[in-house]
Amino acid sequence: MDALNVYAAKLAPQQESLAPGHRACQGCAELLAVRLVAKTLGRDYIIANATGCLEIVTSSFPHSAWQVPWIHVAFENAAAVASGVEAGIKSLKKKGRYPVDRKITIVAQAGDGGTVDIGLQALSGALERGHDFIYICYDNEAYMNTGIQRSSSTPYGAATTTSPAGKESIGQVTMKKNVAEIAVAHDIPYVATASPSYPFDLMEKVRKAADMEGPAYIHVLAPCPTGWRMAPNLAVSIGRLAVETKVFPLYEVVNGEYRMTVQYKHHRPVKDYLKPQGRFRHLQEKEIEFIQQYVDASYEKLLKKIAMSEG
Amino acid sequence: MHKVRNLGIEVSLGISEAVKLADVDAIAAYPITPQTHIVEHLSELVADGELNAEFIPVESEHSAMSVCAGTAAAGARTYTATSSQGLALMNEILFIIPALRLPIVMTLANRALSGPISIWNDHSDLMSVRDTGWIAIFAENGQEAFDLTLQSFKIAEDHRVLLPISVNIDGFTLSHVIEPHEFLSQEEVNEFLPPYQPLVQLNPDKPVSMGMVGIPEIFFEAKKAQDVALIESKAVIKEVFKDFGDRFGRYYNVIESYRTEDAETLLLTMGSISETAMEAIDVMRDEQGRRVGLLRLRLWRPFPVDELREMVKGVKTLAVIDRAVSFGGTGGPVAGEIRSALYSTADRPYVASFIAGLGGRDVTVKDFMDMAALAEKMEAEGEIHEYKMIGVRE
Repeated sequence: MDALNVYAAKLAPQQESLAPGHRACQGCAELLAVRLVAKTLGRDYIIANATGCLEIVTSSFPHSAWQVPWIHVAFENAAAVASGVEAGIKSLKKKGRYPVDRKITIVAQAGDGGTVDIGLQALSGALERGHDFIYICYDNEAYMNTGIQRSSSTPYGAATTTSPAGKESIGQVTMKKNVAEIAVAHDIPYVATASPSYPFDLMEKVRKAADMEGPAYIHVLAPCPTGWRMAPNLAVSIGRLAVETKVFPLYEVVNGEYRMTVQYKHHRPVKDYLKPQGRFRHLQEKEIEFIQQYVDASYEKLLKKIAMSEG
Repeated sequence: MHKVRNLGIEVSLGISEAVKLADVDAIAAYPITPQTHIVEHLSELVADGELNAEFIPVESEHSAMSVCAGTAAAGARTYTATSSQGLALMNEILFIIPALRLPIVMTLANRALSGPISIWNDHSDLMSVRDTGWIAIFAENGQEAFDLTLQSFKIAEDHRVLLPISVNIDGFTLSHVIEPHEFLSQEEVNEFLPPYQPLVQLNPDKPVSMGMVGIPEIFFEAKKAQDVALIESKAVIKEVFKDFGDRFGRYYNVIESYRTEDAETLLLTMGSISETAMEAIDVMRDEQGRRVGLLRLRLWRPFPVDELREMVKGVKTLAVIDRAVSFGGTGGPVAGEIRSALYSTADRPYVASFIAGLGGRDVTVKDFMDMAALAEKMEAEGEIHEYKMIGVRE
């Protein structure tokens, strides 16, 4: 949060391109993050939206919450559609047939299912081709729109409707896929993790991504009270706990160089993050200890990358 | 006055040249046999600076069509090409393109769908996307492929239409052969086909939401509007065919006919086998004195119902040759359509349904003559049948 001294809530842009009145659940942190992105980019952006919660709650014809150009085609292809919008405008501008001369940011946005599972191929293709766009994954760690089914972004131990906890299972038995690292492996100019619980950090990252030439990937952890089985008023604080417990560190990778953007001297135990969430309520001490170890090890790995970057 | 320029060129390259003359803004494609020569040549034209367009070499056909959705929504004249499995992979997005009213032009180098895997020609790929809502046109030779590619942009982008079009060419038997072409000049094309003027486009100066949720109160109306648009596109297609003919002397029809005068028996085909069928008609007419003719369906969607009813008046037997199977169905896909179109007419001909030429199997002059004779015999005997497969070992 370099620019914390510059940012203050009242200095954030007043203009909203996401209109109120959409149909998201109470306490939806995804929509909070989307609004922060919208505030950052103002009216100079175009959205390619994947199928999912965000698409459903903002575009029920004839009511659209979008005051910027917005297109939804399907579930797994937001990155491809965004590639097309970018390439189409580039071509028309070259031929003098696109009426806008200001810089327009192209944003693909999708949930975790539309990114880490079914949309991974289209995402990889678009990153590899080097389109000038931002891909934002709003990760609420399961297929919330269809009713809380597990995705490969669901964390170990979380109960979902297709990874239920039972006598023979602790819920999700696989580790969360790290798509930010997959994006880094594409050698793109900008990758970051972000959280709506840290609004200025998120906005700064979106601004950086927009100002950079070439593809950018931002992975936003979006707490989902409905799917995480918790009270709606906890969404923002649980997002903070995810960072304070090292479960979801906030960092950025600029041209391959890692940097932590939100630092804590002391971290809280993962238990503090898991406990308020009903999806983890079945976990025993043993499993919580296992998760703690895994989180510590992952964090150490990240610190090593940061140390290497600092050289 | 239109000046004729002749050139012997591979049909795939002729199509690429038509796309270049159309001055497309964006092309997204993934390589698949036998479509490859088209996109290879387009890549060259872009690389050499002869075509000022964005060529987006995508990682799959699903993304090819998704990228096309994006370029077209941005307001760019958009082209792609595919075949068979590639078309099957696009399937999900194919349905959405006409619903979004995006005028994408796609060459479909028709190839059998797997399995067993086959790179050779039949029409099973197109038939699998029959109900996606695309306009589907068939070319029989290189000249037609060139002309129809150009005309397709004009049809698709007409504000009364705004629908995608597939221009179908038979894989290999048409795509890979060298044929004489009469080319048009850039000036002639520019006059015939001015740059695409989108009705709506993704532009922050005038934001629109595209692809919104269709709640039950609106979904049905949206689908009806789409159906009406497709049906009404036929009038524009005919208008463009006439305009093209008036300018360049080559006239196209939604159903072409060959020696149908006084015919008692008609064969009906789609695509490049029609040229073989014409030879068979010549032999039967000139050497055997039989009253046979040929109908060649150019427009598969929207289906030219009225024209068909008119053209089969007084005909006793209609032999429809399909190049795809509707497994467990009541006839080849084209024959089924035709039976349905003619059922309510008073003097309908006997419709024999033949399936031939699957997966690159040759359909010879003799095959056509045999089918004509068999159809006449079936008609005379009043044989009740669903379909017969011709040229298959049993």
